[in-house]
This record gives sequence, structure tokens and C-alpha cells, in this order.
Amino acid sequence: MEVRAEQSGSVSIVAVEGDVDLNSSRSLQTQLRESLGSAPDKLIVDLSGVPYMDSSGVATLVEAMQLARKKDTKLVLCAMSDKVQSIFEIARLDKVFTIVPDRAGAEAI
Amino acid sequence: MFSQPRYLSGVRSLVSAVAQRLGFDESACGQIALAVDEALCNVIRHGYQRSPAGTIWVKIWPVDDEAGEHCEGAALDAPLDQHRPRAGGIRIVIEDLAQQVDPEAIRSRDLEEVRPGGLGVHIMKEIMDEVRFEHRGPDETGERGRGMRLTMVKRRSSE
Repeated sequence: MEVRAEQSGSVSIVAVEGDVDLNSSRSLQTQLRESLGSAPDKLIVDLSGVPYMDSSGVATLVEAMQLARKKDTKLVLCAMSDKVQSIFEIARLDKVFTIVPDRAGAEAI
Repeated sequence: MFSQPRYLSGVRSLVSAVAQRLGFDESACGQIALAVDEALCNVIRHGYQRSPAGTIWVKIWPVDDEAGEHCEGAALDAPLDQHRPRAGGIRIVIEDLAQQVDPEAIRSRDLEEVRPGGLGVHIMKEIMDEVRFEHRGPDETGERGRGMRLTMVKRRSSE
């Protein structure tokens, strides 16, 4: 799995490529914590390159959401595949996160 | 497999490929692989407490009938599709030698509480038709039982 971080004004973007599982979720956690460290107005997590995620990935994003709330940062997840979306639905977290279909939608919020 | 997260991806691919061979559609194959991944993560994290040298066995069987009985003779390397093009389902047994816990104590957490972690058992139970935890019994040598056994069944009729 690879994680790429970008900054665009007061918006941080983290783009993830590859499976997010117990083997890789820690490096995503490290990047999300780092990106939230500067308390951006918004953090967009682009999941378009993620074909698979397990509950360790979901847990990492829940932790990021909680940290984002403390920092007053809006966390937006975008471009989730149906397969990844289904785990959020099973965990009943699909309504807890702000999830939008694509990057443009995430930027517009 | 050893109790190391780097093996998860390979096991997911294997489980998904077998499920497909047994007649599950692509979405169900992905979900069954997810249930197995969650079970293995629990063994790695809680059973072996991330020690990398633990052993985990993953056994996969076709399920023949609605009662969920697997057919011992129908090993997956047998020419399954010649006489049984589509099995009734899949049975996956995961065993370890980690510390035994009370099977009754393994349960899903309250989903109303939004917090990281603790979702694995809930995900397994949502996806699979049967999820049963038990202590491993004594082996053929009569050695006292060690570790846990998890049996999960998914029937094609519940896809």
C-alpha cells in the first residue's frame, strides 16, 4: 500500500493506493495523524486506489475522524469502491462519515 | 500460516478463489475473504498478541447440503466440478495454538458506540451464516487440547 499526501491551501489530501489491512493500516494511521497535526480546515482521504479494506483500516479512519473533530477539521472520504463501501455499511459507519463519490465532490464541500 | 499480517493478502486470494470455484459470485467471494481476514486478524492481535511465530491453520471445505455437513472425501484438489459443479456452500475452519478464551466471551460490541476497533466479530457474523468459536480438543496423541477453533459456514442459498 502507498500513501501520498498533498496540501492545497488549508486543505490536506491523503491519497491511498492498495489494500488497507492489518499489514498496512499503520502507515495510513501515521500519515493521517501527520496530516491532521497542522489542523487543516479539511482533510480529504481519496480511496479511489483502494480495492480492499478490512476493519483495521476502518478503525484507522474512525481514529482519524475523532482526531479531526478535536482539531475542528472536516474529514471527507471520497471515491470509495463498492467493496470498500460495503464494510462501512456492515459496520454501520456509512452514515457517521462524510462520504462523497469523487474528489471534486470532496473539494466542493 | 504464521501469525504475521503480511500473509493476510495471500490467504484472502486463496479463500476468494476457492469460494469462486464453489459457485459464489464475486461480491460474496470478497465478503467471505473479508470474514476470514477479520478472523485471522483477531488471532494475530488477541490470540498471539502479535507474536510473529504463532501457527494458524486455515482449512476450507465445500459444504454439501443444507445441514452444512462438509464432505471429507471431496478435497478441493479433487475434480470437484466434474461431479459437483456448484457446492451448497463453504466451510472454513481456523485453528491456532494461542491462549484459550471462553467462547462465550467472544462477541460483537455495541455498534452505537463509534470507536476504533472491535468490529471483527460483528463483520464475521454479518457475512457468514454460522460462526462458532470453541476450544480445540486433544489431538490424536492424546495431548491436552490447546488453542482455539473457529468454524464459519456460508451457504450459497444465503448469497
